[in-house]
Amino acid sequence: MSEPEFKALYQYGYARSPDQDAPERPHHPVVVVGAGPVGLATAIDLAQRGHPVVVLDDNDKISEGSRAICFSKRALEVCDTLGVGEKMVQKGVTWNIGKVFQGEDQIYAFDLLPEDGHKRPAFINLQQYYVEAFLVERAGALANLDLRWRNELCAVAPGEDLAVLTIDTPDGRYEVSADWVVACDGARSPLRTMLGQEFVGKVFEDRFLIADVKMKASFPTERWFWFDPPFHQGQSTLLHKQPDDVWRIDFQLGRDADSALEKRPDRVMPRLKAMLGENTGVALEWVSVYTFQCKRMAEFVHGRIIFAGDAAHQVSPFGARGANSGFEDAHNLAWKLDALINGKAGPQIIAFYGEERERAADDNIGNSTRATDFISPKSGMALTFRNATLDLARHFDFAKAMVNSGRLSKPTPYGPGGLNTPDEDDWANSVTPGSPPVDAPLENDAGERIWLLDALGADFTLVCHGCDVKAAMPADMRIVTIGRNVTDSLGLFAQRYDTRPGSCLLFRPDQYLCARWRHFDRDKVIAAQQRALGFG
Amino acid sequence: MTKLTTTTNLTNPDAVYAAIIDAHRDLTDEQSAAFNARMVLLLANHIGDDDIVLEALNAAQA
Ligand SMILES: Cc1cc2nc3c(=O)[nH]c(=O)nc-3n(C[C@H](O)[C@H](O)[C@H](O)COP(=O)(O)OP(=O)(O)OC[C@H]3O[C@@H](n4cnc5c(N)ncnc54)[C@H](O)[C@@H]3O)c2cc1C
Repeated sequence: MSEPEFKALYQYGYARSPDQDAPERPHHPVVVVGAGPVGLATAIDLAQRGHPVVVLDDNDKISEGSRAICFSKRALEVCDTLGVGEKMVQKGVTWNIGKVFQGEDQIYAFDLLPEDGHKRPAFINLQQYYVEAFLVERAGALANLDLRWRNELCAVAPGEDLAVLTIDTPDGRYEVSADWVVACDGARSPLRTMLGQEFVGKVFEDRFLIADVKMKASFPTERWFWFDPPFHQGQSTLLHKQPDDVWRIDFQLGRDADSALEKRPDRVMPRLKAMLGENTGVALEWVSVYTFQCKRMAEFVHGRIIFAGDAAHQVSPFGARGANSGFEDAHNLAWKLDALINGKAGPQIIAFYGEERERAADDNIGNSTRATDFISPKSGMALTFRNATLDLARHFDFAKAMVNSGRLSKPTPYGPGGLNTPDEDDWANSVTPGSPPVDAPLENDAGERIWLLDALGADFTLVCHGCDVKAAMPADMRIVTIGRNVTDSLGLFAQRYDTRPGSCLLFRPDQYLCARWRHFDRDKVIAAQQRALGFG
Repeated sequence: MTKLTTTTNLTNPDAVYAAIIDAHRDLTDEQSAAFNARMVLLLANHIGDDDIVLEALNAAQA
């Protein structure tokens, strides 16, 4: 991927850490390498759980030029737990609808959130630099989170039960050791290279021009994708709104395009005029040319060093699965590390982070590879089939489902088994153990609207339909009783989870459904919780 | 378990074969390829059973 240089939007400063003057090598329970969205999310989550966390970043600024713009419902739900979800939604542009065109004609439209009764929309668009700035601000409010700018990790010595890190700063090098290192140092992960780990997968040759432009335009807040539009024949184009009257326009350029040339304003402007009309006033915010790849590490956990985000897996942007799945990594990992450090989990639990998130990476890579193959077919026959699909989609419904302009990010179910207890009772079509949560509107004591996901705690939560089990459970288990302290007056919770009076659902600290029963049984709840903590 | 029907299943195989050839009569190779692709997709959807389609893909390698 090309790495353009841009001016800083947010500049943070280097500050000398007391660690650099310590007589002996300082030791930390957790060091996070990389202050991108994933490192910051991991660090904030752990710090909120009470752990002192050191975050290292080789840089000290957030630059103009947004990579991610689409943040998913699930990422927003994760960000709600980190205290930045509301800010993101306030600043972002909410959307649920996507439209696909071929030539001049719309051939297909999709609604990513066809039902009401969710706190968060299917997606918002928001420049990645805003997300990072909100996370940095939140990190700064946590006294036990020590964010060290211009601290570049330059060597690692992995040990049996700790790792020693060598860090380079403007004042020279120093060393620290850590019980756990979370590697969130991005797609080119120096840590991955230091450990000699491979990053395997597929590289796509097609080049894409990404232009973020400022303009007053009346396009709706929808994702518009063209195959072979009249203004950019033979290639694809994407148009998507961002805050501040900024629009992302993404032109497929093909394999042979000259990146340096295509970035020049005198090349970009005619493309924009052809698309938007001669008279639309557009100002270029940011232009870049990318190629994409879909790759992952074979294993995300290497002893005391755990990989997350782009360092562990990389996807093409068609489907907005990069940062979004990185937030899910962070959310999956933080509670497990927390439980392990606090002596509440079995040592296996970290291996389950690897298992669950490697499965998710395969899901995301599969989806984004298929979309990229559809958008830029690799062979003459692949192109023939792609165009046949588009032709058929004009006339027949079935082919619309095959048109792939990007399958947008959804959280991956981990399935029953592993940490999640399989059902023993009968349940109708609904959220199954090991699945991500589905939100539902509820009311509190005062009759005010609250949301299921906000009612779940940072630890395990048992949600009971109509039966008060508080007295039977350990005091530290969070219990939500539908029909007592909260009400499900619309019946959407009961519908989405197929509950009846007596049903009990156990949610993991990352809000995934862990186990469920038609009738409360204390021992079964405890056993399911122990299993989810890696004692299974 | 195989589900793909590989014994004669059409009432008039000769007529169907002729119709397929006929459909390509005035087409260039490129148009024929596109036509075939549309046919495959239509028929795959009609079959409506992923396993059968995958079996057919295998059988067609013959
Ligand atoms: C054009 C484009 C569009 C995209 N659109 C979307 C989208 O719409 N939605 C979406 O979800 N994703 C999208 N993505 C992907 C998204 O940008 C990435 O997945 C995301 O930034 C990954 O976050 P991260 O924290 O894992 O890594 P990064 O954001 O790369 O952060 C890594 C950090 O580690 C630091 N670092 C590196 N080496 C060291 C070292 N040795 N020592 C200390 N620190 C170090 C870096 O300075 C950096 O701050 C897009 C990507 C591109 C290119």
